[in-house]
Amino acid sequence: MNDENLITVRNLKKHFGDVKAVDGISFEVKQGSVFAFLGPNGAGKSTTIKMLITLLAPTSGEATIDGLDVVRNSAEVRRRIGYVPQLISVDGTLTAYENLVLMARLYDIPARERVDRVKEILSFLELEDQGQSLVRTFSGGMIRRLEIGQAMIHRPKALFLDEPTSGLDPVARQNVWEHILELRRMYGTTIFFSTHQMEEADEMSDAVAIMNTGKIAIIGTPQEIKAKTGKQEASLEDAFIFFTGANLKEGGNFRDARRSRLMEKRLG
Amino acid sequence: MKIGMNYLVQVCKKSWILAESEVRKLLHDPTELVTRAIQPILWLGIFGEALSKVRAIPTGDYTYMQFITPGILTQSVVFIAIFYGLNIIWERDMGLLQKLLVTPTPRLSLVWGKMGSAGVRGLCQAVIVFLFALVLGVPLILTVQSVFWVVIIVMLGAGFFTGLSMIIASVVKTRERFMGIGQVITLPLFFASSAIYPITIMPTWLQVVANLNPLSYMVDGLRSLLVTGSLTHLPIDLAILASVTLLISITSAYMYPKVVA
Repeated sequence: MNDENLITVRNLKKHFGDVKAVDGISFEVKQGSVFAFLGPNGAGKSTTIKMLITLLAPTSGEATIDGLDVVRNSAEVRRRIGYVPQLISVDGTLTAYENLVLMARLYDIPARERVDRVKEILSFLELEDQGQSLVRTFSGGMIRRLEIGQAMIHRPKALFLDEPTSGLDPVARQNVWEHILELRRMYGTTIFFSTHQMEEADEMSDAVAIMNTGKIAIIGTPQEIKAKTGKQEASLEDAFIFFTGANLKEGGNFRDARRSRLMEKRLG
Repeated sequence: MKIGMNYLVQVCKKSWILAESEVRKLLHDPTELVTRAIQPILWLGIFGEALSKVRAIPTGDYTYMQFITPGILTQSVVFIAIFYGLNIIWERDMGLLQKLLVTPTPRLSLVWGKMGSAGVRGLCQAVIVFLFALVLGVPLILTVQSVFWVVIIVMLGAGFFTGLSMIIASVVKTRERFMGIGQVITLPLFFASSAIYPITIMPTWLQVVANLNPLSYMVDGLRSLLVTGSLTHLPIDLAILASVTLLISITSAYMYPKVVA
């Protein structure tokens, strides 16, 4: 079963007026794998993720998760996926426990299971003692862990993480990844994440896709991609530069910049 | 779209869950209620008292303070509700909204959850306005029946303006623009209504606007319940408020998920 594709994308396009944000991409993600989605700002990563998680309708093409079309069967797809946005998606004015219970209720987890499930997640996240504290008192790493717990409460088949470790220090980063990989081991969850950290993508993922100007520039295992640069001892960072154009273009707009700085301030 | 019984039960259940969690936030940090109490107290205590002395506004058999109390209650409820759009934009900027939209929660529930939460905040304002009116010795009709209908009207009115502000948020998309628009529309809404003077003293064109303004029906309903006790208009006020709130709920459920695009 490990060879089955959980996510299939066929000639997916999203145009905003004349701008071809995503311009006909196709790829598969194997069930239970860790898949890194890379690319400079403005390459179309976020737009692609939004389409996969049913937040944005494609202009054309199709994407399926667990055999279900993300447009036609969006309600069913939503029950099978979890999503951790780049910014802070837990509510600082609620306790950790309340945040988890809210998600459990929105996913229709029956009342008798709910308390056990929430406690189990809190202990898995090593947050048992902070369950009754307001989340705004948490550190960045604790917040991220709680968010991952929240997105896993209904045991989804695929977990989408948008830059899960940006703004975190190396220790918190390591800890967050340990939890993500442990969840995959326990439930066979497919992990789909975007990042700007090349070492992270290299170390954690089974497969990597690099997007550039709306298209998939290259896809494969980290080893394959590095080998294709033709250089000895190339790092994934070298490959990234090789496949997205020699210069690391300055991307992103004012809003992106403001968001990422705000986030670093909040997490830091 | 097929709207079955199951769907409706789902919508109501999820709306309740979301509104409840909003109320929990309020319970964790109730300071907001105190700061929000200041504005209606100033309007009643200073504006109301001053205009009462001047006796410039004809209010029939009732004192100006009696006349203006339902108006001030309406105003403070509407001011709370109209800034809920800002809350949506903020939740979008944080990522909370995206996470909620990825859950299998009906869009209508996300709207009704916010409306319910604005309604609860509105009811807290009602308590403050009633208490302060008692302090000032303004006679109000407070019976089980009148309070029951006041609760309904406050919830509907808060709902309508919450829905409206969510639609505005989905169009303007940024905090700065929303703040601008919020400021621009709240005062005209308030002035083009029967909140602080009767519609009959307005110029004709403004009377037309006031009669199209849902805020006027909210004021009218509250005034008939709390002051005059003549309930002949009440069914019409309720019917209008209920229909516009339903209409704006559906529009808003369709529009506001676009704020993440």
